[in-house]
Amino acid sequence: MTRAALLALISHWWRNPLQLVMLLVGLALATALWSGVQALNAEARAAYSTAEGLLSDGGTARLEHASGQMDQAEFARLRRAGWHVSPVIEGRAALGTGRVTVLGIDPLSTEAGMGAALAASDLEGFFNGLGYAHPQTLAEIGPTDQPLRATQAVPVGTVLFDIATAQTLLGADGWITRLSLAASQPDGLQPLETLAPGLRLIAPDDGAELAGLTDSFHLNLTAFGLLAFAVGLFIVHSAVGLAFEQRRAMFRTLRALGLPLRHLTACLAGEMVLFALVAGAAGLAMGYLLAAALLPDVALTLRGLYGAPVPGRLQFDPLWALAGLGMTLAGTALAGAQALWRLWHMPVLAPAQPRAWAHASARMMRLQGAAALALAGLAGVLALTGSGLVAGFSLLAATLLAAALAVPLVLSALLAVAERMARGPVAQWFWADSRQNLPRLSLALMALMLALSANIGVGTMVASFRATFIDWLDLRLVAEVNVLPRSPSEAEALHAFLTPRADAILPMQRIDATLGGQPAQVYAMKDHATFRDNWPLIAPVANVWDRLAAGDGVLVNEQLYRRAGLRPGTSTLDLPGIGPLPVLGAYPDYGNPLAQAVLSQERFIAAYPDTPIRQFALRTSDAPALIAALQDDFGLPATQITDQAQAKALSLSIFERTFLITRALNVLTLSVAALALFAALVTLSGMRLAQLAPLWALGLTPRHLAALELARALVLGLLTMVFALPVGVLLAQVLLSVINVQAFGWRLPMQVFPADWARLGLWASVAVLAAAAVPALRLWRKGAAQLLRVFAYER
Amino acid sequence: MKALTLYDITKSFETAEGRVEVLNAVSLGLEAGQSLALTGESGSGKSTLLHIAAGLEQPDAGRIFVGPEDLTAMGDAGRARLRRGQVGLIFQQFNLIPSLSVAANLGFQARLAGKADDGFVTDLAQRLGLGGLMQRYPEQLSGGQQQRVAIGRCLAARPALVLADEPTGNLDEATGDQVLDLMLQLTAEAGAALLLVTHSPRLAARCDARAHLRAGQLAEAP
Repeated sequence: MTRAALLALISHWWRNPLQLVMLLVGLALATALWSGVQALNAEARAAYSTAEGLLSDGGTARLEHASGQMDQAEFARLRRAGWHVSPVIEGRAALGTGRVTVLGIDPLSTEAGMGAALAASDLEGFFNGLGYAHPQTLAEIGPTDQPLRATQAVPVGTVLFDIATAQTLLGADGWITRLSLAASQPDGLQPLETLAPGLRLIAPDDGAELAGLTDSFHLNLTAFGLLAFAVGLFIVHSAVGLAFEQRRAMFRTLRALGLPLRHLTACLAGEMVLFALVAGAAGLAMGYLLAAALLPDVALTLRGLYGAPVPGRLQFDPLWALAGLGMTLAGTALAGAQALWRLWHMPVLAPAQPRAWAHASARMMRLQGAAALALAGLAGVLALTGSGLVAGFSLLAATLLAAALAVPLVLSALLAVAERMARGPVAQWFWADSRQNLPRLSLALMALMLALSANIGVGTMVASFRATFIDWLDLRLVAEVNVLPRSPSEAEALHAFLTPRADAILPMQRIDATLGGQPAQVYAMKDHATFRDNWPLIAPVANVWDRLAAGDGVLVNEQLYRRAGLRPGTSTLDLPGIGPLPVLGAYPDYGNPLAQAVLSQERFIAAYPDTPIRQFALRTSDAPALIAALQDDFGLPATQITDQAQAKALSLSIFERTFLITRALNVLTLSVAALALFAALVTLSGMRLAQLAPLWALGLTPRHLAALELARALVLGLLTMVFALPVGVLLAQVLLSVINVQAFGWRLPMQVFPADWARLGLWASVAVLAAAAVPALRLWRKGAAQLLRVFAYER
Repeated sequence: MKALTLYDITKSFETAEGRVEVLNAVSLGLEAGQSLALTGESGSGKSTLLHIAAGLEQPDAGRIFVGPEDLTAMGDAGRARLRRGQVGLIFQQFNLIPSLSVAANLGFQARLAGKADDGFVTDLAQRLGLGGLMQRYPEQLSGGQQQRVAIGRCLAARPALVLADEPTGNLDEATGDQVLDLMLQLTAEAGAALLLVTHSPRLAARCDARAHLRAGQLAEAP
């Protein structure tokens, strides 16, 4: 019985192969976009875990000096006092054709976790200068003078050396960056506060910031994946719903012939599971390829934006595949639930004529309208009272869903107006017929609206960000040349060398600190016109630069200003070793995940003496001559010198990379929506013949009817685009003023780019016309034969 | 004057079992104002002949004239124009336009042909008993009411030739009789020729002339 029933059910798909293809493609695409994003997230998170295992000293506490470096003698002193500590040095150095983070450890004193990258047999080579790096790092930097070996245990962009080798490479003989503290220590030791009062004890948790910092990025990706998944499910829902309606008569016959309802429902559920597994497997393969293609850009983004070391190659994880299939099964169940519910409640003698798309009824429209209103209300409440990233994304989801549910209602109202205004019979029929067929297309149009508004919203956000960012770069990167000294002694020598040669030398010093409970950096700023004339400030107090120069307060970056709720003029900021200082103003600091405060150079040096100079920003009227002098006369390698154009190009490339993944997902989502529309129009075209045949019989040619079908799709697509425009702008506003502030800590002014919208409208029209072209062309070319069948089947 | 002339119409179809000849050199003529019933078994070619007469289908051989116009010499657009202006079609399944009201359906073909006459349509609607139903939609009407709208739509365009394919096939006997009475009366008043395809000898007997199709050829009625 089951076999016979299944064969009967599946025979439908043999007769409607395009419908089957649409169902499978919809499911596969939904799975691909979702699982692709998940693969990216999983790969990045695995990389953070590796990085934190190594870079945060295997999760142990550590001792640091405020200046960021200490004499190696501290290590010996603490060891003699019985403390189990291990020295670590970390810095940036040129290696091969690139720059890497050089990490030096002492394998004999380090904890097991720290030296996990090393096998005991490698120790001899390690002591003799052998370094370990991720295969991708090795590929990126090419051949080096230093012997290097590949290992997956070292994060991308870092090379692990014995401490002596690292000190030599960093030009910091006798200096270390920190001491890592073993988890268990002997009893009765002299307290660290008295033994090493100049050192700060950093708890292990303080080092594990990477995952937290990048959470917002991954949440963004997940939200996009979910949106694409939802759009894919629209296709599935549409195909399953149509197949249900077309098989209504078959269900009735099967039941009349004695197939129990339970059995029939189980057969249909089994059919859906089968499709989910087939399409899910294909979707996983596509998702893997998609993730592999996008991972290099995601890795660059994460490195550029957060300094997170993520490899550019994807590893296969069976758990990811299982989770992806689970999601496909859940999505299929969701998309098919309505059909199964209707089957379960269908009386055995239900009329066999297809009451396609039951939600066409006015009652369903009213329900949909009520749901849209409720969601809009929820969005309003969230906008007024919500806080945090989850509330921000919930606001986005509620806004988008409310708008999507409102699409058929809005379009129906517009078409009714057009129908009333129409004069000729064909025009009147065109509008009335478009309105009547709206419910059959509404799912696809909702999917299109979601994709278009997401495109407008994200596009506006990115373009606003880009415009603001470029202006900001021009103001912030005014120094013509930047120089990176490799050691404190080189910094001193450079200062002496540059004094007669540069118009101004602006040294950059900083310490790591915790400000307002957040990981932060405190910078020194020399009082100079470079800053006074160029730095844009948010809400500065009067005479802000004079007061800063006098040491009367601090400037904070926008991230700290917003997250800690600081108010220039009234708030104070507690700085380590200084105490509370008035906040004088805030400055935009796009792309920086950390909180930041700026002190006058004099106040900084007084509070944090011995802090090394990490960089010199140089003002000069002849940058090429200064760069040549630095290279030829001082002997500084080119890798330690950056000119302004390079810095801007680098910053811009990081910016472009940051949104490449977003743009790619945007385009893919729009493509899926176009496919949803194509699926709906193709399946509808079969059902439309009976509606078009009388028109043909009354004297309209198939060519005329095909043109009207194209025009209908275009009109509906354009109306959807017009509706998507305000929704997209609202989305951009939410992204800029809620999500970005929550995720990154900065707020951007929204700028509108009508040319971009016009371009999107053009693309959407092309997508809609492409989707409508196949059924219209079929009607045009085979119209008479197809239409005649409607009358032939009457008997 | 002839409203419809068919000369040696031949038509065959390709099927899985091979080529099947549906019409074999069928010729018939219909005078203006005359009604002709075309009967025959299922599959005898009645509907195919009607479709060919309407220009919905092309014959393999033979010629068709609607009034003086040679349908076989026309292209698709020409045949469509002729249908709009000269031919009225009535179907068994009514084939009303579901998205338009009764009023809009009634006037649809007339407006399409550029012969809109609101007064005539209103008068026709009254005579068809549709006066109180003008704002309803097809789905809100009974089968008999829908067929009356279809007849009204056809006659409102004042065609010279009405082609009706089993127009009462979906109606009960009493309603079918009423509908046929109306159709015969109104076409006669309009001076239109009527070709009625039917299974029913009883209905056929009410037309001016009868023709019987058997195995694709005209034959004596049984």
